[in-house]
Order: sequence, then structure tokens, then C-alpha cells
Amino acid sequence: MENYKKWLKKSSQEIAFISKDPILLLAVLLIFGSLIIFILYPLCKVITASVFSKGQFSFNILKDVISNWYFRQGFYNSIIMGALTSIIGAGIGFLFAFTLARTDIPFKKFFHLIAIIPIISPPFIGAMAIIMLFGNNGLITSGLLGINNFKIYGFRGLLFAQVITFFPVAYITLRGVLESISPTLEDAAFDLGGSRWKVFNKVTLPLAIPGIASAILILFVETLADFGNPLILAGSKFPILSVQAYLQITGMYDLPSGAALALILLVPSISVYFLQKYWVSRKKYVTVTGKPTVSSHKVVSPAAKWILFAFCSFLAFVILLIYFTILWGAFAKVWGFDNSLTLNNFKYVFSVGFKAVTDTLIIAITSTPIAGILGMIIAFLVVRKKFPGRREMEFTSMLSFAVPGTVIGIGYILAFNNPPLALTGTFLILMLNFVFRYIPVGIQSGVAILQQVDPSIEEAAVDLGADSRYTFKKVTLPLMVPAFFSGLIYSFVRAMTAISAAIFLVSANWNLMTVQIMSQVESGRLGAASAFSVILVGIILLAILIIRLILNLFYGNFGGTMLKI
Amino acid sequence: MSVKLVNISKIFKGQGNDQKEVEAVKDVNLEVKEGEMVTLLGPSGCGKTTTLRIVSGFETPSTGEVWISGKMVNNIPPNKRDTSMVFQSYAIFPHLSVAQNIGFSLELKGWGKNKIEKEVRRIMKIMEFSELYNRRPDQLSGGQQQRVALARAVINKPSVLLFDEPLSNLDAKLRVQMRMEIRKIQQTFGITSIYVTHDQEEALTISDRIVVMNEGKIMQAATPIEIYSYPKNMFVADFIGRVNFIPGKIIEKKENTLLIDFGIYQKEIKCRYGDFKVNESVIIVVRPESLKMSSANKKDPHCIQGEINKLVYLGPTIEYEIEVKGLSRKIFAVIYNPIEEGFFKVEDLVNIDFKPIAAHILSQKDKE
Repeated sequence: MENYKKWLKKSSQEIAFISKDPILLLAVLLIFGSLIIFILYPLCKVITASVFSKGQFSFNILKDVISNWYFRQGFYNSIIMGALTSIIGAGIGFLFAFTLARTDIPFKKFFHLIAIIPIISPPFIGAMAIIMLFGNNGLITSGLLGINNFKIYGFRGLLFAQVITFFPVAYITLRGVLESISPTLEDAAFDLGGSRWKVFNKVTLPLAIPGIASAILILFVETLADFGNPLILAGSKFPILSVQAYLQITGMYDLPSGAALALILLVPSISVYFLQKYWVSRKKYVTVTGKPTVSSHKVVSPAAKWILFAFCSFLAFVILLIYFTILWGAFAKVWGFDNSLTLNNFKYVFSVGFKAVTDTLIIAITSTPIAGILGMIIAFLVVRKKFPGRREMEFTSMLSFAVPGTVIGIGYILAFNNPPLALTGTFLILMLNFVFRYIPVGIQSGVAILQQVDPSIEEAAVDLGADSRYTFKKVTLPLMVPAFFSGLIYSFVRAMTAISAAIFLVSANWNLMTVQIMSQVESGRLGAASAFSVILVGIILLAILIIRLILNLFYGNFGGTMLKI
Repeated sequence: MSVKLVNISKIFKGQGNDQKEVEAVKDVNLEVKEGEMVTLLGPSGCGKTTTLRIVSGFETPSTGEVWISGKMVNNIPPNKRDTSMVFQSYAIFPHLSVAQNIGFSLELKGWGKNKIEKEVRRIMKIMEFSELYNRRPDQLSGGQQQRVALARAVINKPSVLLFDEPLSNLDAKLRVQMRMEIRKIQQTFGITSIYVTHDQEEALTISDRIVVMNEGKIMQAATPIEIYSYPKNMFVADFIGRVNFIPGKIIEKKENTLLIDFGIYQKEIKCRYGDFKVNESVIIVVRPESLKMSSANKKDPHCIQGEINKLVYLGPTIEYEIEVKGLSRKIFAVIYNPIEEGFFKVEDLVNIDFKPIAAHILSQKDKE
């Protein structure tokens, strides 16, 4: 009671404080309003749709869904697939990161780039390439080995595609973790007489364990939410929950069951996400070092080094093979039958499917800057201003990270189908969906950079006579620019490659390239799908290049420390 | 251009669940005269930085008034106050060049480009670092960043310059050099300054006046010589330099002096602060370098006698730790020019004496 009173007093003081600053008050209210409408409300709709039948509260829909063995199988499969992908993916990611961070193998930059490619391309490219390589008319199975009925659909193929798609996420996380562990610790252990294996086992690995754990959990959430790979590869004998929810709605027109499946998908995703965020990520070790140190690279024996090099090379070969296959497929006459080169697939894309290209670009280009700016504003408010509900604002805006796209997509069609917010089929529903799904990255990088910026830098500006608006404009904002652009690149890539939520929201008027690729794959036109994918990846690479160029042009002078984020 | 603090207190509301209130500054009264350099000195958590931030406007006092140049400024935000701060972390804007950093406040005032450049170059010439004009902050050493921060603060010709432990991030050698430079710039421009530090040597060398603070209160405000020679209380005596506290008893009051009994001998010592009664127990403050030592063979009733416990030879000086019967604290003596004064060994019995002028009386109650 006493605490509550104090909280009330503090809140009322804070409210009194921000009402003195009308712009701030307006910003806070607007952001709260839009977070509630576009993040919380659709989620609530998913819940209510699955526990209300015919206006009555009941658990019948959930009961029906749970008692259906096919859906239960989907749930188990999803969990098992998530668990295996995350463990294998994190393992491969760790080896890759360890090799690049701790040895002096050649072609490090090349390996790094190879690992980045799957992150910036549509998440189902792996699945497509696998079908083209190992499917019925696959280049390797039927072309090279002469096997005609190799079963790639189902568990094996999907696991392979998921690991290739998601190990780069683990690699990026773990590279950061390993680089923050000072190599002098390993050198010290080595110097004290530990064998190389012991140094790894007693120093490197224990220090990296929290990072590995959080990589596993992140991968689990992402695999569980993934939609593209299972839709192509899972097949009917190996059902996956996210695909089931989609088919239930688009195939059976059964919205309540779809929502119930989404709800069942949501529970493990959210719990694992928060386990990662609030428990594992807190267990990080911080190694304090005076001066930046350079690894002596002596802690890995030459033999181990070359084994790791061979491992990375093999992985790089597999990834290159996938992209090479897509590229070849885009120029092949009829994949698997006549692989000679032609431009027909591109002609097809430009004549039949070009609207999807422009639609995707328009939506990505409009939603990206909005998500970026909104992310920066929320980061600034959360870190630098005091107002009641500050934590709740951060929490809600980060929620989209944890919620599978399928759930969000279903939530959006449930929430925005009727007036006053009848947005189904419009440009707006896709754009808003992207904006609110991709603000968390901007917020995260904005928060990170603001926490690094010493508040006295802003105080110095105020002290020298600048008011709060001028300080934000001339000091805080320029310092946030690199974070803004890295958030921008991320949300652009995501908007271009998104499928799981968007597939529910597209219409004849507004279609997306990813959805087009999917339907081409489903109707067996692998060549057209490949051509679409090549164009998509091409656009993304071009956009990244342009953003980099702009950044260099305007902030190149301060390149040194400013651009390294 | 003076600064006046009247009955300033600052209570911080507690963070977290216990919500404990902390009184960081308690009823501080201070006047800084025009052109004066005043140092706030004290251990960490004594309220010195809070006091400084109250002057700059970054903290609002819970009670009391802040006056700058004869105007009450309590309700004036930091950007409207005529003060400039040099931050502990320098707070150089990382996205601006050295010249843009220094010219920041002039740009705010709406000066033209050429005029700003001329003024920035002028100030950099006075401070002798013109060659850094086009540099970026990440190409500067600690000392250079410090100079940029100082130039940025003085270019605006503020009424008051505030320093928040500006040298604590520099290495020892650079600290000595920079404090001379800060003092030179402050005197060149004649800017009223408040300087926060926990380094007593820094305070003694650069200040016109030192304000020693502890637990939010001012312990003593005086010139460096007064602070060191005649500390007002045991806290100040102990905080600045090293000190010996020798207990005694007043046996007679004279016009300006008191006759003190040390048990086996008596001394007449001048009284500077406070009102003492006959028979009152007092503490005599004597600095280690004021002590004279001699071999204890000749029994001298006018001296304290003790046995040497420990000695440290430093070349120009020898430091002795001497155990005296009946004293709980060991006597600490620094002997300069030991070649002439003689060398003693551990376990030697010695006589310790001091001249009355080097001693100073404090009340025993005056623990603060």
C-alpha cells in the first residue's frame, strides 16, 4: 500500500512534469495509442477469436484443435524442428564464429560475407534450392546420381533448410560474444600451462555459454515462427503448426481454428523469447580490459585450425551452391529437363509479375523510414525521458520480436476487417504491419547507442545555451544517425523478404514478391520463382549499397568510430 | 559576476523500492567573488558535484537560492544561465570537428561563419593549440580533448566557469601541466570559477580559496595557506595533508595564547578559533614536517619522547613513525634535509619537539 502510494505520487509528479512539455506529451500519447492499436489489439483479437464461439465464451474451439491428432502432430513437429534446428544451428554458428574470431585462416572476409547472405535474402530460398538440387528432378539426385524418387520433403529436407537459413543468426550473435571475450584471457590460461583443449574447455567455452544459450533460444523462436521453408518442404506427412494455421484459414476458411492454432504457436514462442531476454541475456560475462588487445592466435593448434578451415569452406560451398542453383534456375529453360540458358523467366516476371515488384518496393520504401524514425523516437523517450509507462512502452514495442508472423498476420485480418478500421486488402494494412513489426530493431540500436552516449554531452550543449529542441536536433539526433541507418537496412531487408504475416494481408491490389515466389513454387514454376528471387536479392543488395553510400557521403568524415555500429 | 549560494539544500528522492531520501547538500552558504577561483574539495559523496550542478542549473535546489551576478537564477534553466561547464568526461561532441565544438555556443547565438571562425582561431591561438583546428574528436589525446572542452567553455565569455573534476581522466604528469594551464586561462580571462576536485594538491595549487566539504556541509572555506596551516576542525586537518593530533589540557588563559599541559611539560600556543575554558581537554594539531627530532639521551622535559617503529628513506626526506607512551595514535614526523638533521634507526629513543607557531588548537568536541 505504502509502495503503491509512492508509485502514485511519483507517477503524478512525472505526469505533471511532462504536461509542461506539450510536444513530449503528445508524442507519448500518440505512440502509446498506435502501439495499442497495431500491436496489442491484433493479439487480443487472436485470443478472443479462439475463446469466443458465436458470442459465447468457451474453450470448445481450443479443445477441438487440441484433440485433433493432426494438429497435435503439427505442434510436436514444430517443437522438435525448433529444438533440433536451434541446437545444430547454434553449434555450427559457434564453430563458424570461433574460427573467424580466433584463428588466422585466410579469406575471413569472404566467409563472413557468405554467412551474411542468408540473412539478407528471403528465408525460403534454402528450401527452393533444396528442391531444385535434391527433388524429383533435382540436379544432384536425378541429374548426377540418377535417383528419381529421393524423399526430400519432410523432416530431413526441412531440417537441412532451417539450419542453413538460421545458423547465420547464431553466427552473428556468437561472433559478437566471442569478440567481447578478451583473447588475453586465453593467452593467460595458455601461458599458465593449460593445453589448448583445456584452454578452450575451461576458459573460452564457459565464458561463451550464456551467449550460446541465448543463440539457441533465439534460433528456437525464429524456427518456430518460420513459415516459408515448411510451406515448401514440410509436405503433408510432416505437418508444421504455422503452415497448418495458414491452411486452416486460406484453405478451409476456418478463422477460429486458425486463430486457436496461432494461439498455441504463440505460447512457446513468447515464453522462450522472454526466457532469453530477461534471464539468459542477463547472465553475460563482462570481461574488463584496459587496452584493446590483439589475439596471438596461438590458442588454436595448426591442425585444429585447418580442420576448422575445411569445415567453414564446406559450409561456404553449400551456401554458394544454393545461390548458384537459384541463379542458374533463373536462367534455365525448364529446370531439371532443359538447363540451357534463356531470359524467358525474366521476361515472364517483367510481363506478368512486375506489379508485385513495384508493390513490394513501394511498401518497403514507405514503411522503412517510418519504422526507423518511430524506433529512434521511442528509444530516445525510453532512455532519456521520464514518464509513467516508460517500461511498458519499451515492452510493447519489443513484443513484435517474440510474436510469430503467422500470429500477427491472423491478428491483423481479425482486427482490421471491419469499420472503423477496415484495412483489409489495402496498402495501409501491409505498411502498418511492417512498421510495427520492424520497429524493435531501430529501438534496440537506438537504445544501445544512447546508453553509450554520455549524458554530459547533451548537458554540455544545454550548458552552452541550447534549448532541448536544438540539443536533440544538433547533438542527439546526429549521434543516433548510424543506429538509425542500421535499423533502416534491417527493416528494409525484412520488409522485402517478409512472408509469414504478409501472406495473410496481400490482395489483388497489393501483392508482394515473396508471396508471388511462393505461388510460383507451388505451381511448379521454379524458373520464375528463381528469377523473382534473383531480382529480390538484387534489389536488397542495391539498397544496402545506396544506404552505405549515403552514410559515407554525409558522415564519412566521422567514419572512424561513427560507422562501426 | 559573483556567485552566491544562500541556504542551499538538495534532497534526492530515493531510487528503487526503498525510496530512501538522501540529503546530498545541507544548508550551504557560499559567496564567490568576481574573478575568484574557488575549489570545492572533499571525499566522494560529499556533495561537491551536486553543489556545482546546482550552480549550473542541472539540479534544482530543494531549498535556498542561487544568485549569479546579482540575479536570483533558481528558475532559469541551464541553457539560459550565463555559466559554462567543463565536464569530467569532457563531453566533446563526437560528430563535430574541434572547431565546430569550440564554436558551438557562438553558432547558437547566430553568429556568421566568418566571425565564428575568427573567434575560434583567436581563442585557439591564445591557448596555443591552433594546429588542431580541423581535427576530429577521435583523433585527440586526453589532454587535447581537455583543451577543446576548456576553449569551448570560455569562448562564450561566461560570467561563471564551472569545472567538474576536469583532470581526473588524465595521467599524473599531464594533470600537473593542465592545472597550471587552467589557472593561467582563468586568470587571463579573469573569469569567476568554481572548481570541483577530490585532489588536495590540485586544490592547493590552483585556488584563491578552498571550500572543504563533507557529508553535504561546508567544513571550512579559506585560502589554501589557512586551510593547510590552521584547519578549523579535525576533519579538515585530517583530510588535507598528513597530521598529528596530540591531546592536551588548558591550564591557563592569556590574552592571545593558551597555556597547554601535555602531561610532562607545558607549552604556550596561540589560539585562532573557538572559545576555550580552563581545564578543557583540547587537541593540538601539528604537521609532520613541523616536528623536530633529537636523540633522547639528554632528558628534556619540554619534549615528547617515543620509540621509532618504522622509517622510510626517500632521499630528500625521511619519514618516521614514532610510538609514544599514552598516545593511541602514532606520531608521524617528516624530517627534511636529513644529512644535517641526523639519521635515526628503528628502536631508537627520540625527543620530539615543535615550535608553538607551528601548532594549532582544536576543541576535542570538534570532531567534525
